[in-house]
Amino acid sequence: MFYREAGDFKTSYEQDSQTFPIKFDRFRYYAVLAIAFLVVPFVINDYWANAILLPFLIYAIAAIGLNILVGYAGQVSLGTGGFMAVGAYACYKFMTLMPEVSMFVHVLLAGGMTALVCVVFGLPSLRIKGFYLAVATLAAQFFLVWLFNRVPWFYNYSASGQISAPERDVFGILITGPNAPAWATYMFSLIFLTLCALIARNLTRGTIGRSWMAIRDMDIAAEIIGVNPLKAKLTAFAVSGFFIGISGALFFSVYLGAVEVGEAFGITKSFLVLFMVIIGGLGSIFGSFAGAAFLVLLPVILKVVGVDVLGWPTDIVAHFQLVIVGALIIVFLIVEPHGLAQLWRVAKEKLRLWPFPH
Amino acid sequence: MKLKLTTLALSALMAAGPAMADLVFPSLSYRTGPYAAGGIPFADGYADYFTLLNERDGGIGGVMTKLLECETGYNTEKGVECYESTKGEGALIYQPLSTGITYQLIPKVTADNIPLHTMGYGRTSAANGKVFSNVFNYPANYWNGASGVVNYLLETNGGDLKGKKIALVYHNSAYGKEPIRTLEELSAKHGFELLALPVDHPGQEQKSQWLQIRRERPDFVTMWGWGVMNQVAIQEAANIRFPMENFIGVWWSGAEHDVMSAGDAANGYKALTFHNVGRDFPVFDDIQKHVVETGKAAGAGDQIGTVLYNRGMYAAMLAAEAVKTAQEIHGTADIDAAMMRDGMEALEMNEEKMAGLGMSNFGPTFNVSCENHGGPGLVGVTQWDASSKTWSLISDFKPTDGDVIGALVAEDSGAYAAENKITPNCN
Repeated sequence: MFYREAGDFKTSYEQDSQTFPIKFDRFRYYAVLAIAFLVVPFVINDYWANAILLPFLIYAIAAIGLNILVGYAGQVSLGTGGFMAVGAYACYKFMTLMPEVSMFVHVLLAGGMTALVCVVFGLPSLRIKGFYLAVATLAAQFFLVWLFNRVPWFYNYSASGQISAPERDVFGILITGPNAPAWATYMFSLIFLTLCALIARNLTRGTIGRSWMAIRDMDIAAEIIGVNPLKAKLTAFAVSGFFIGISGALFFSVYLGAVEVGEAFGITKSFLVLFMVIIGGLGSIFGSFAGAAFLVLLPVILKVVGVDVLGWPTDIVAHFQLVIVGALIIVFLIVEPHGLAQLWRVAKEKLRLWPFPH
Repeated sequence: MKLKLTTLALSALMAAGPAMADLVFPSLSYRTGPYAAGGIPFADGYADYFTLLNERDGGIGGVMTKLLECETGYNTEKGVECYESTKGEGALIYQPLSTGITYQLIPKVTADNIPLHTMGYGRTSAANGKVFSNVFNYPANYWNGASGVVNYLLETNGGDLKGKKIALVYHNSAYGKEPIRTLEELSAKHGFELLALPVDHPGQEQKSQWLQIRRERPDFVTMWGWGVMNQVAIQEAANIRFPMENFIGVWWSGAEHDVMSAGDAANGYKALTFHNVGRDFPVFDDIQKHVVETGKAAGAGDQIGTVLYNRGMYAAMLAAEAVKTAQEIHGTADIDAAMMRDGMEALEMNEEKMAGLGMSNFGPTFNVSCENHGGPGLVGVTQWDASSKTWSLISDFKPTDGDVIGALVAEDSGAYAAENKITPNCN
């Protein structure tokens, strides 16, 4: 009824090629942005920021990054945890080497550094693909974690090997450290997420994105029609690494404040982000958001329901969490193998015809 | 509808939590995951002691205690979620039982002015109260432990360790890396050779480390392990026939479940401790009577008297005594987190107090001060007897190398203060 193209006339090419061609969709998108930027910062408290929204925003950035690599370019990667660690440690080194520079710059530089590292580890993708590439990126994961554990320069020779984020600001507003207000950390992460999502969305609609998808669908055919596989694969690794690096930097500096590489950026992190991408939907920006929300929020909701509302013992609830999240993952993969994004797509198709399906 | 009403009523109750003026003790426990074997008895001991105070004494100073348990799974992200969800409920003190979570919480509790007690774990240099105003790690820390091992070996080897080789098998994390600095200093001082062997989380795979031990033939092995890593290490030591009496674990590597799986082969294994072992204390009879028999025990009630149960109970006891001290200082039974911090800083543990609690000679006697949040650092040694399945204290609580540790604490806390622009207090 509301959700349809009819009556929404486009008079220019810009209007015709915009991200949300349907009016209702467009206004919904503006409404989400308005709530996220103008309402949430005023009502947010420490619990909502640190336990729910920050992890969601940061994992969403990581999921977008991985989705570009796995979902759009078809290069399977199990090195996400290691690449996030690169972002975190690069951010830490920049924060301690150049304390007077704005936090914004540190995070961007950390993203750039991760992009470089990611390209280096992406070089094998030119010769190997599929499961073999997954193994090569797995090697990157273990190598990077080992490196940050092994070389004391990365953690500034601290006795415990932990890195802790000192207080840094943007325009005088504290972003990292314990005294940073909840709204500031939230806004900082939200701005990065919005920028990343916009960049990712527009890249995937343009030439580069189309060359990625061509490589994904059939690399030999893509080569024959003139897509340069070297350029396509390495740009995918670079862009993906940039986003993952940003998420790693935010994860360390804004969200946790102190990390230990083996615990925070281990292989489980790689799998967690990969699950987000798979559950959310491969090759979909919205899917990255949905997958991150699903895997961040569900354990918290189950905990609140089990412990606070029903008053069950904490260990039982923790075990149930594993069972329920695991079962839901299986159910989703069986019922909707294309992820939450596909559910959303189907819902939209149905909405277009509602209430008069033919 | 009825369920909805109950939910509403419950959430209203929870919102009104702080107003009910209970003494709130969050318990960031882990009863799941690879470290649950250690987490469960500790959490049980911690919970049971507060239940005992409620049941027997009607709370502390007439105010009931309330335990908020939150499952962390030894995971730092869940630890942050637990901290944020409990701090608004009037939490008096945090004891996360995880060095990783401690590092996260140190700046947060300082900003929120809630005390953090990391008994025998956490950041060692937090012993310097001038820099770490809200963090306490009395009665002993990792560097006391490292020095305790060396002192014990000096004592049993005629005061000379020159030319000896000591291997350190450690959990490759902030926790396991803590003692290395001290052991390096001590190896220079006493002339022994140190061989550091990291074991990655969770520690089920240690073949290569023990192969190296077999090849390098160290005279002694010491271990900084936790969770499943302990069992595996003791089993591997038994497999290569390493003499158990030369194998000394830190206090987190010396519980019943760590040695049980190796059976008789674990006989003679040693571990450090900073509190007494066994269940020959009157307080356990009270727990049996008031908590276990009334069906209010946190666990199955079968852990009483085990090493980690005792430690959890000891942690709860020190917190309860700090509450009493705070109540005296501020003249009010209904204290908040800031008052609790003052109470911890003025805490005095003496034999008289412990005897009154039915815990005579359970731990060392010590005083906490504004400068010293680390206590005296007295370390004892226990040994496992596989036939009677008991730990016994074979070396009483003895002082550790204060010169070496003091210098390292000053250096590390100074670096932290400079990095975070903290001006030392306690003038």
